[in-house]
Amino acid sequence: MLDILVIIFMVMGLFFFFGTTVGIVRFPDFYTRTHAAGKGDTLSVMLMLFGLALYNLHHLSPATLLVSGKIVIICVVVFIASPTATHAIMDAGYEAKVRHWSRPGAPKDPQDNSGEKQ
Amino acid sequence: MTHFFISSGVIILLLMFVVLYRVVKGPTPLDRILGVNVIGTKTMVLIVLIGTLYERVEMFVDIALTYALLNFIASLAAARFFQRHKKIHLEEEERGEGAAC
Repeated sequence: MLDILVIIFMVMGLFFFFGTTVGIVRFPDFYTRTHAAGKGDTLSVMLMLFGLALYNLHHLSPATLLVSGKIVIICVVVFIASPTATHAIMDAGYEAKVRHWSRPGAPKDPQDNSGEKQ
Repeated sequence: MTHFFISSGVIILLLMFVVLYRVVKGPTPLDRILGVNVIGTKTMVLIVLIGTLYERVEMFVDIALTYALLNFIASLAAARFFQRHKKIHLEEEERGEGAAC
């Protein structure tokens, strides 16, 4: 029963990581890539670590409880740190005026003064 | 269950190589930092997975926690660095991209 739960969590994490990878490789723009990395990465890591923490509780004892608590602490750290790091990276890109993607042939954004080259 | 853990570890590793494409190719340095951040986060999962396979999780969990904090600090520092030195690096990179097209 516990194994089935662990397998469900791990497969969901792998699925979300696959989505993150496709987003990072295929999206046309720095900002959209940041979006894919920030969301999918956090969720997939949390799901996988939660599955491993559940699997660790097979032999229930204070030691395994402590280890599972540490894995949950890693989950909390990732939940706080990963979106913060992604936001910092995206903020740096925004301040450095990385060009954003727009449809070919679309009317020009009047506020965009960095896209003359295309 | 061991087979399942080994195969999920191999899948994570293969997907990490796919992300490495963005690190190598990425038009701006910030794309590269983003890819390295994702790879580092996944390495953490891989460390806990290896610990589960070797049945020494209590040791590997501490390494994973340290790795998470180091990864966070490294990403923040790199992002701050490129925020300060924005003009030089990013424009140089974009010029290279335009020449390649």
